[in-house]
Amino acid sequence: MPLLIVFMISVITKSPLDFKLCILLKQTDTTMKKMLAITIISALLYACSGGAGNNDNSNADSNSTDQNAGTKSLADYDPHRGEGKFSNVEVGPLDATMADAGKKIFDVKCSACHKLTDEKLVGPGWAGVTERHQPAWIMNFITNPDAMIDKDPALQSQLEICLVRMPNQNLTDDDARHILEFMRKNDGAK
Amino acid sequence: MKLSNVPAALALAAALMLCAYSCKPKNTANAVSADAAQKTYVPPGKYDEFYDFVSGGFSGQMSVYGLPSGRLLRVIPVFSVDPQAGYGYSEESKPMLNTSHGFIPWDDLHHIEASQTNGEIDGRWVFGNGNNTPRIARIDLSTYNTAEILELPNSAGNHSSPFATENTEYIVAGTRFSVPPDNADGDVPIDSYKKNFLGTISFVSVDKNSGNMKIAFQLKIPGINLDLSHAGKGPSHGWFFFSCYNTEQAHTLLEVNASQRDKDFIMAINWKKAEEYLQQGKGVKQQVKYAHNVYDEKTQTATSTIETEVTVLDAMALPGIAYMMPCPKSPHGCDVDPTGEYIVGSGKLAALIPVLSFSKMMNAINNKKFDGTYENIPVLKYEDVLYGEVQKPGLGPLHTEFDGKGNAYTSFFISSEIVKWNIKDLKVLDRAPTYYSIGHLSIPGGDTKKPNAKYVIAYNKITKDRYLPTGPELAQSAQLYDISGDKMQLILDFPTIGEPHYAQAIEASLIKDKSKKFYDIMQNENTYAAKGEPNAKVVREGNKVHVYMTAIRSHLAPDNIEGVQVGDEVYFHVTNQEQDWDIPHGFAIKAASTAELLIMPGETRTLKWVPEKVGIYPFYCTDFCSALHQEMSGYIRISPKGSKVPLAFGTGDKAPGGKDTTTISK
Repeated sequence: MPLLIVFMISVITKSPLDFKLCILLKQTDTTMKKMLAITIISALLYACSGGAGNNDNSNADSNSTDQNAGTKSLADYDPHRGEGKFSNVEVGPLDATMADAGKKIFDVKCSACHKLTDEKLVGPGWAGVTERHQPAWIMNFITNPDAMIDKDPALQSQLEICLVRMPNQNLTDDDARHILEFMRKNDGAK
Repeated sequence: MKLSNVPAALALAAALMLCAYSCKPKNTANAVSADAAQKTYVPPGKYDEFYDFVSGGFSGQMSVYGLPSGRLLRVIPVFSVDPQAGYGYSEESKPMLNTSHGFIPWDDLHHIEASQTNGEIDGRWVFGNGNNTPRIARIDLSTYNTAEILELPNSAGNHSSPFATENTEYIVAGTRFSVPPDNADGDVPIDSYKKNFLGTISFVSVDKNSGNMKIAFQLKIPGINLDLSHAGKGPSHGWFFFSCYNTEQAHTLLEVNASQRDKDFIMAINWKKAEEYLQQGKGVKQQVKYAHNVYDEKTQTATSTIETEVTVLDAMALPGIAYMMPCPKSPHGCDVDPTGEYIVGSGKLAALIPVLSFSKMMNAINNKKFDGTYENIPVLKYEDVLYGEVQKPGLGPLHTEFDGKGNAYTSFFISSEIVKWNIKDLKVLDRAPTYYSIGHLSIPGGDTKKPNAKYVIAYNKITKDRYLPTGPELAQSAQLYDISGDKMQLILDFPTIGEPHYAQAIEASLIKDKSKKFYDIMQNENTYAAKGEPNAKVVREGNKVHVYMTAIRSHLAPDNIEGVQVGDEVYFHVTNQEQDWDIPHGFAIKAASTAELLIMPGETRTLKWVPEKVGIYPFYCTDFCSALHQEMSGYIRISPKGSKVPLAFGTGDKAPGGKDTTTISK
């Protein structure tokens, strides 16, 4: 029976809050009748508030913060690929034009915090980065840093050293690819 | 527990709720309805339904609230200096406050008008008027910056402004204080008012794409006081209506001397006719001086140009431009209903609300039924233009907004209330008390063709006991009323900044998605931008020292500077390298006589600093940006004038003297 009530309440309210309330009530071991009355009233109050308030219409999903929208759970996280748009990035012989374009972006958006040697400035030096990480991981991280810092074990250890979350520099897909090429050049790719 | 008990419990709960509603106290002492909290509660992380752009009156600012929560979202400096953003202090923004009288860092921002297309709010810009040193400002709704300020010549007291025509063809400005024209000798006795003083109405055109403002023409009108105005719409599009007081043309003790006549006027202006005269070359070019200040988003810099000419059409000499409609007792508000047929004048000393009819006015004009002239402008008969009067609505009517369902909402200053009345039958439908002495009121879209009449907001002049006391002055109170039902329901009080006059509430969905998140640093064309840390440098040009500084979490480059001397003009051009939303950096230096800079991501801002004493001066980021924000700082060494200390600068390895050799002492 308690399960049925929980089911019913959650159907009426679609609210995790009331779901918790119901569980709480269950734990207090009150009589079934009392519990049902309280939860139903609370459910009704909740359901009736929608039409009168603005919340249902105006605060639909599109009107609220969406920082976590579209992110995957921790269990699905692939530490080799990272998380973001890129899966398989084909790299071949060094493309000098792309690397030069990457250098220009590096100067404006990256060089304040990263050296090209292995010396740490604000963030780690770039030397060897293409040996430590897959191309897709690099491109995902530099275009989607916030989501990855929250999940990636390597990035979390790095954060403990650097203490500054890498800023999102709003790189385009092309920018990211060019930076990858510049990193490869820095690591001696031919 | 059986399932059959569920309907019974449901019924019980429903009965309880019904009782809760019907048992609501009815006495006026409890004017707040029981569900007010629900109606105004916006849970954490959720957004409001409306933006409310509220004038800041004598604060010179514009504030942005969310409705229905009443949460303050932003304060935009317009006709004011702002130590927070450095507006009016930074080299880039100083020109915005230039006028023909020099740098004027304050004004009295009275009314807000949103740009319109087809008589509906289009969400591109909002405009605000400066009443004191006559100006109009345009605020960009993607950046929330003041994008343009245009000064108005031949003007004083720009009050009946900045109201818009239905496609924002024009924003108007009218003179509350008549004065001798700018090109005349103003050194005249004040008691020669009737002879020498004139009013003007400026029609400011607004470019459809850029929004840039330009005085298309000015109308010369008699020396009276214009109070408020609104454009015609629909059938009355092409006309503009202005309330006029002091038709007595008094120049002293106006409180008495400008309240003599039983009726003043609402002046009807046929601006399409004025456009015809303009095309026929009937305008007179007048040499005047007024500032036109434009903020360029590419260079992130404002420029101020002094314009030297304005074209004036004489509404007293060119027939068909202006007509006078009598209106009782010093009318204040002048509001046109959504159909464009009814013009509501609010005689602030009258005990009735006259509703004038546009079609009746046109009939009278077409039949030339005039009752003489006022300063050569034809006067129509009150009964010929009157649709009807709302009898005994309250005391001291000021302003009227509309719900688009045939009803009007009028604010009453003296009797402290909002009165809802029906336009067709002129019957009062409801009244709601305000706390206290309401001035303006606004309904989202309430002065357009398409109101969204969910709320009416009262902007009160007196607060007294509504909030915890804060000394002799209290924040002026705004009050939110739910008007979705037949009766107005007070649901929220919220404090405001300065003295709000008019406001415009705009549906959030219309503008929220085009809000800018940062400026693309690659598009930054500021002359002094340092794009990327390799471009950070210090350049001396005579006694001017230009510091091209970069800021990123969490260091400044260069952060050590030497070789600067007492009396040098030091310009810190700080470029924020961040490219992420809501990551501004601040910049402050010890003993700066101005303010800080607050630099948005991708933006460059410049602080001028003239050191007066030898010593070491720290500078730092003021906006908490990361866990290492406290480390985001640096030093500049100031040497005596003529010192031999060479110019040197850098950060880390490149700092003067090389790498920081400090070791941790144990």
